[in-house]
Amino acid sequence: MTLSHYLVLAAILFTIGAVGVLVRRNAIVVFMCVELMLNSVNLTLVTFARATGTVDGQIMAFFVMVVAAAEVVVGLAIIMSIYRTRRSASVDDANLLKY
Amino acid sequence: MDTVPADGLLSASWLLIALPLAGAAVLLLGGKRTDRWGHLLGTATIAASFVLAVACTFQLDDRQVAVDLFTFIDSGNLDVQAGLLFDPLSAVFALLITGVGALIHVYSIGYMAHDPRRRRFFAYLNLFVAAMLLLVLGDNYVALYVGWEGVGLASYLLIAFWHERPAAATAAKKAFIMNRVGDVGLALAIFVMFTQLGTVTYEGVFGSVGLLAGGTVTAIGLLLLLGACGKSGQFPLQAWLPDAMEGPTPVSALIHAATMVTAGVYLIARSAPIFDLTETARTVVLCVGAITLMIGAIAGCAFDDIKKVLAYSTVSQIGYMFLAVGLGPIGYAAAIAHLLTHGFFKAGLFLGAGSVMHAMDDQVDMRRFGGLARKLPVTFVTFGLGYLALIGFPFLSGYWTKDAIIEAAFDRGGASGWVLGGVAVLGAGLTAFYMTRLMFMTFFGRPRWAPSEPGRETPHPHESPPVMTVPMIVLSVGSIAAGFLLVQAFPLDEWLEPVFGVPEEAEHVVAPAVVGIAVTVVMLLGVLAAWLFVGRREVPVVAPARVSPVTRAARKALYADAINESLFMRPGQWLTRALVWVDNRGVDGAVNGLAAGLGGSSARLGRAQTGFVRTYALGMLGGAVLVVGALLAVTAG
Amino acid sequence: MSDFPFLLLMIVVPAVGAAVVAALPRGRELLGKQISLGVSLLVLLLAVLATAAFDAGGDRFQLTSSVSWIEDFGVSFALGVDGIALVMLLLIGVLVPVVVGASWDDAPVGTRSTTTFFAWILLLEAMMVGVFAATDVFLFYVFFEAMLVPMYFLIGSFGGPRRQYAAVKFFLYSLVGGLIMLAAVIGLYVVSAQQGEGSFAFEVLNAIDIDPDVQKLLFLGFFIAFAIKAPLVPLHTWLPDAGAEAPIGGAVLLVGVLDKVGTFGFIRYCLPLFPDASRDFAPYVLALAVAGVLYAALLAMGQSDMKRLVSYTSIAHFGFIALGIFAFTTESLTGAVLYMVNHGIATGLLFLVVGMMIARGGSRRIADYGGVAAQAPAFAGVFLIAGLASLALPGTNSFVSEFLVLIGSYPTRPVFTIIATVGIILAALYVLLMYQRTMHGPARGLMAAPGAARPAAGEPAPAGGHGTTTATATATATTATARRFADLSRREIAVVAPLVALIIVLGVYPQPLIDLVEPAVADTVSDVGGDPGGVTPDVDQNGAETEAGN
Repeated sequence: MTLSHYLVLAAILFTIGAVGVLVRRNAIVVFMCVELMLNSVNLTLVTFARATGTVDGQIMAFFVMVVAAAEVVVGLAIIMSIYRTRRSASVDDANLLKY
Repeated sequence: MDTVPADGLLSASWLLIALPLAGAAVLLLGGKRTDRWGHLLGTATIAASFVLAVACTFQLDDRQVAVDLFTFIDSGNLDVQAGLLFDPLSAVFALLITGVGALIHVYSIGYMAHDPRRRRFFAYLNLFVAAMLLLVLGDNYVALYVGWEGVGLASYLLIAFWHERPAAATAAKKAFIMNRVGDVGLALAIFVMFTQLGTVTYEGVFGSVGLLAGGTVTAIGLLLLLGACGKSGQFPLQAWLPDAMEGPTPVSALIHAATMVTAGVYLIARSAPIFDLTETARTVVLCVGAITLMIGAIAGCAFDDIKKVLAYSTVSQIGYMFLAVGLGPIGYAAAIAHLLTHGFFKAGLFLGAGSVMHAMDDQVDMRRFGGLARKLPVTFVTFGLGYLALIGFPFLSGYWTKDAIIEAAFDRGGASGWVLGGVAVLGAGLTAFYMTRLMFMTFFGRPRWAPSEPGRETPHPHESPPVMTVPMIVLSVGSIAAGFLLVQAFPLDEWLEPVFGVPEEAEHVVAPAVVGIAVTVVMLLGVLAAWLFVGRREVPVVAPARVSPVTRAARKALYADAINESLFMRPGQWLTRALVWVDNRGVDGAVNGLAAGLGGSSARLGRAQTGFVRTYALGMLGGAVLVVGALLAVTAG
Repeated sequence: MSDFPFLLLMIVVPAVGAAVVAALPRGRELLGKQISLGVSLLVLLLAVLATAAFDAGGDRFQLTSSVSWIEDFGVSFALGVDGIALVMLLLIGVLVPVVVGASWDDAPVGTRSTTTFFAWILLLEAMMVGVFAATDVFLFYVFFEAMLVPMYFLIGSFGGPRRQYAAVKFFLYSLVGGLIMLAAVIGLYVVSAQQGEGSFAFEVLNAIDIDPDVQKLLFLGFFIAFAIKAPLVPLHTWLPDAGAEAPIGGAVLLVGVLDKVGTFGFIRYCLPLFPDASRDFAPYVLALAVAGVLYAALLAMGQSDMKRLVSYTSIAHFGFIALGIFAFTTESLTGAVLYMVNHGIATGLLFLVVGMMIARGGSRRIADYGGVAAQAPAFAGVFLIAGLASLALPGTNSFVSEFLVLIGSYPTRPVFTIIATVGIILAALYVLLMYQRTMHGPARGLMAAPGAARPAAGEPAPAGGHGTTTATATATATTATARRFADLSRREIAVVAPLVALIIVLGVYPQPLIDLVEPAVADTVSDVGGDPGGVTPDVDQNGAETEAGN
């Protein structure tokens, strides 16, 4: 197992996440895909930290996890309230933020 | 002849202008408080001016007296002083203006007695007299210009005196606008003088005008002529004068017959040193005079409105005066003499016409007159004397002065002398015709009286009160005697010599006696023709519709209004409408279009913001791909 | 006496007055009006005293004061006036009290407070004084832009139905011009910094030599701003909208004073600072000016809205002013400066009178009036005087200025002058057309009761006897009684009387004003390379060295 294997895995995870964000309509699923992308980035960070022998990347990964946790809290709350008002969690049903 | 500073009474000659002006100011600012005595004050100020003018004239001898008042405009090299020049020429005019003006003021007391706005009428008349005096007394062209437009304003106010009548309001505006066309000429003449000579005073301009190139002098002369044409109702700016008869009749008498409309003659006579140097401009003046003389005479034959006939007669008579001043030195004095006698008899005729209208309930259609000689004896006699003077009946005023002009025209010599003399003689015949027609239709024949407006009673003619007839009588005395006095007893040309110099004794091409006889014969032929066509027949109360093309053209005053309308008014209106469209759609449209374009494109750009999360996500992805691609390209490159 | 800070006070007093008036609680409108009138009269007094302290033959700038403001860039709060600026301050001093008096009884629009209106007027006065009194180009720019704010609110808050549109248009137009000018102002500073210490002071900038090509660019920067302000065709389209929608008081100040900043700018900045460029561009500017004279006059004739008509007449008058400025003779430039003052008075009066008419009739359309002269003779008289002053009849103040402009321009620019002179015919046309349509003729439109107007319009009067017609006639007679057109009230007489008096007095005896401005004009003319002594006649009076003499 070389470093490139981790990187390829991270790339695949990121791609899956990105495609999920683009093609899925359910806000929860979109949200999980975003988490997937974040975690793929974490994986990349840790991999490079290991490769360079420093801890910068690992610290960075912790930061990302903290931000992701905060994001989940806010994001899920928004999704909940959208669901309550519209009886739907589909992202295509909410387009209020425009011009 | 040098100008000397004023002394004695002459240094107070500014009071000539100030008195009527003060009268006007009191009447206008005083409001209703002055209603009861306003007309008396107005008349008194003019009478005082007349007395002063007489006294000044006696003190004058044959000097030219300058009165300096104050600095009007002094900027850079331009120095315009408010100063007066009292010389024989301006003295003659001052006497005419204040004299006839005072008589007409008296007449107006009666004529306007029942008008609720009589006070304002007198205020405007006073304003006119003041402006007219400034016009003739100023010692520079700017003062003349100020008076020139001042009389234009007074004329506007008085023509539109009965402004509820749309015709009066329109006539007033027309008069002012056509005068302004002439004023442009006068203004440009002043600009040229200043540019070339650096001065606008008579003394300065006349002193150095000889240094100018011939073309420049001609240009100045023609521009002055344009101004004169506008004010005096001469071709091609004659159309406003007959319309101006919408004003009260005393106004027609004073402004549009005796004084203001002769200002053009004054301008050219005053500018004699300029016109003496330019044969071309003088020839144009001659042509304008001759053409106008005929236009006025022809149109005068066809109209049924008594005041319009007199108005065209005025146009025609001023044509004579232009003809005379166009002849140069031999004609100036003759023109001024005719101007003075014309002032008397034409003012008298208009006052007579006013008296007739007064009697006939403001009717002006001569076809509705007839047989008034018995009912209005004083009017008939005074009007008749004015009539005889106008047609040049031997030894009355018009005979002396008109003859002098016709003689001078023949004396010009050559073919042009014969043509001009012929035109002038023919004009005298036409004058006799239309005036005799007027007399027959108004005073003789069977009464054809009718209500002036539907719903009113048929008028019962009655003679006017003495306050109106006395001025008429005085003017008719002038009509009888003025010509003899001015030509034979106290020759005007000698009085005016300090201004115009001594004309060379012209060789008579045709003996004066022959001219006199010829004119008298043609005049009698005109009277005879009028008797044949009008006097011995019954006058139809409605103008016959089937008439010759000549008559039809004459009734339209030779299509002057039609030409003005089609050449200037309609294209002007069209241009105005087109420009309004251009300004709103084109100029403003471009600006608003730019604004709308910016707004529209921002709206279109905003449309890209759909609000759908996934659109934004795709956009981000696209952006990321681009960035990565760019990075790769840079690293690879 | 000359150390007394007249100019500073003339800015501070109305500004403080504006703050006080704005701070008044609701219900104290009368007090607000009284304060406004008092403050504006005080400014007039200051202006008169400043004129008394001014020595026409003395230095170019007098009553000067200077406080360093932004030291790093050599900006100072420098005030001072020459004769030209001084007469403009006098004009402001006269017009603002008149405007306050004229707006005394104006009903506020919607929920706007009356005191705010007067506060804006006073603030505008302060800004206008500043713009004319500034001798520092940067300070001038600041006032130039700041002036927009009160006027924007005067139009946008207190104007007619399309006030928002007009206000935004006015603001954007002026702002575009102002920004272009800002670039030129900075450019000027850079040029001065290259030749020594950078400065914005007018006298320093006037002394430096600028490369002709640079001059052209900088000239255009200033010129465009001023050409928008003093609208020259084709940059004029904001004025008819702004003039028509602004409240009358605002319109008077807008056309009477605010727009003069443009022509003042030509005289103060374009000619002295960029003499070469001014000479190069003069033919084009003159072409625009003369085109404007004819174009705007024709357009004025085509207007159906009185306020738009008056606005268009002003555009034509600005053409005359620009002609006088860019003919570069002492006579014409003196005429142009006088024209600025006289136009403020004459058109100010015309706007006031039109405003009174609109206040009575409730309509801006000419067609809604007719025969007013019969019902309100004094009103018609004042209207006529205003109109005659607008068409420059001799005896009114405008004649002196128009005559000076034309006679002074003719020697250097005969063709343009001849064309412009034709404009005086058009001026007579548009004034008299409006006067005739509104004042003359039978009572018409709003002035006539519908019941009374109809028979006059051609239908026969209802004959008695027929039950139906009589009934209709009675009905119309009771529902609509003839609206009398009230003549001038005492307050209105007090408002118009000073202007009428000035029109006559300055028309008969303008020389004091000429003496006041001529030294400054001569300085400007010599800056731009003309002969400050005036036009030299083509023919020498003594006959020596003349070509035409033979």
